[in-house]
Amino acid sequence: MPRARLLLAGSALITLMAPLAWCGLAPIHSTSREQIFEIPRGTWKSRMAGQKLAILPDHIRLTLGVRDVLVLRNHDEVPQIFGPTLMMPGQSFRLPFEQASEYIFACTAHASGQMTIVVEPNPATPWARISWRARELLQRI
Amino acid sequence: MKSGLTALVMLLTCQSTLAAPAQPTQSPQPASAQPASGQPASAQSAKPAAFKAGVFDPPRMAPHFVLKGSNGQDLRIDQFTGKVVLLAFGFTSCTAVCPTTLNTLAVTRRKLGTDAKDVQIVYITVDPDRDDTARLKKYLGSFDATFVGGTGSPAELAAVRKDYGISAERQLVGKDYTFSHSSFVYLIDRKGRIRALMPYGHGAEDYVNDLSILLRE
Repeated sequence: MPRARLLLAGSALITLMAPLAWCGLAPIHSTSREQIFEIPRGTWKSRMAGQKLAILPDHIRLTLGVRDVLVLRNHDEVPQIFGPTLMMPGQSFRLPFEQASEYIFACTAHASGQMTIVVEPNPATPWARISWRARELLQRI
Repeated sequence: MKSGLTALVMLLTCQSTLAAPAQPTQSPQPASAQPASGQPASAQSAKPAAFKAGVFDPPRMAPHFVLKGSNGQDLRIDQFTGKVVLLAFGFTSCTAVCPTTLNTLAVTRRKLGTDAKDVQIVYITVDPDRDDTARLKKYLGSFDATFVGGTGSPAELAAVRKDYGISAERQLVGKDYTFSHSSFVYLIDRKGRIRALMPYGHGAEDYVNDLSILLRE
C-alpha cells in the first residue's frame, strides 16, 4: 500500500512538474513580433463629445526576439499625436527595437507628458521563460 | 499564496496558448550583420536592409516652412529636394540630448564618405529667444560646417513644431530655463517625404544603415 501511494505521489509530481519544465525549457516563439496599437475611426469625435479614451498606455512592455516591434496605426479621420509622433489619417508607424532598455518618449496624449517603453531581454533562462509566460497569461485573462 | 497557486495552475493549464509555432520575422538583423561602419553607403551590400528607425507607411510630404537659416539665407525644407535630410529640433543651450544627437550626425556624415554630399542635416531651434542665426551657426559649426540651423519668431517656430508633431515645453531652472523637447530625428527622402523617425540614442551605424537605404532609392 505505501508503495502504491508513493507511485501515486510520484505520478502527481511528474504531472505537475512536466508542464512547468516545458514552460521553463521550451523556447518562446510568437506568431508576430509586432505589438499593435490602433486609433479607431471616430476617436477624435468621441473625444470632442467628452469621452475619455485611453488608447495607448503610458507604459508598454516589449521583449526582444519575441515581441519587439511597436506598431501604431491611425484609423481616425484626423491627424493624431500618437506615442512619439504625429500620424496622418490612414498612416502607420513601425518601430523596431534591438536593445533592452527603457525608452522614454515625449507624448502629449498622456497626462504625464511621456510614454515609456520598456524593452526586456529575450527570456533566456528557465525562470525568465516561466515568468514571461506567466505574465503573458495573466495579461490575457 | 493562494493567488500564486492559482496563477501557476492557470499557467499550466493554458500553456498551449503561448506556444504558437515559430514564424519568419520581419525584424532587422543584429547590428553585427549590418553594413560595416565607415564604409560609404554606395559600397554596401545590394541586398535591401531593414530600417533601424521607425518607418511611416505611407510617407507624407514634409510640411513646408520658411525660416531664417544659419547661413544667412531663407531656410525651406523643399530647397533640399534631391538630398536626404535629417531633421532635428532642439536648442543650443541643451546639455543632454542635442550635443549627443548632433555629434552622432556629424560622425554619420564622416562614415558616409563621398555619399555625405547627398545628405543634409537641418536643426531647428525651439528657443528663438536665445538662438539667433549667428549663435546657431557657431554652435552647429562646432559639429559639422555643413549643418544648417533654422530660427524664426515664436509663432513661426510653433507652427513648424505643430506641423511636424514636435513637443517643446519650457521649464524654469532657477532664474534660467531649459526645454523638454522631442528628441528624435526625422529622415526625409530625396522626394521630400518623411520616411522614418530615428529615436534618440541610436548610434551612427544605425543612421548609416538607414541613409544607405534612402540614398540608393
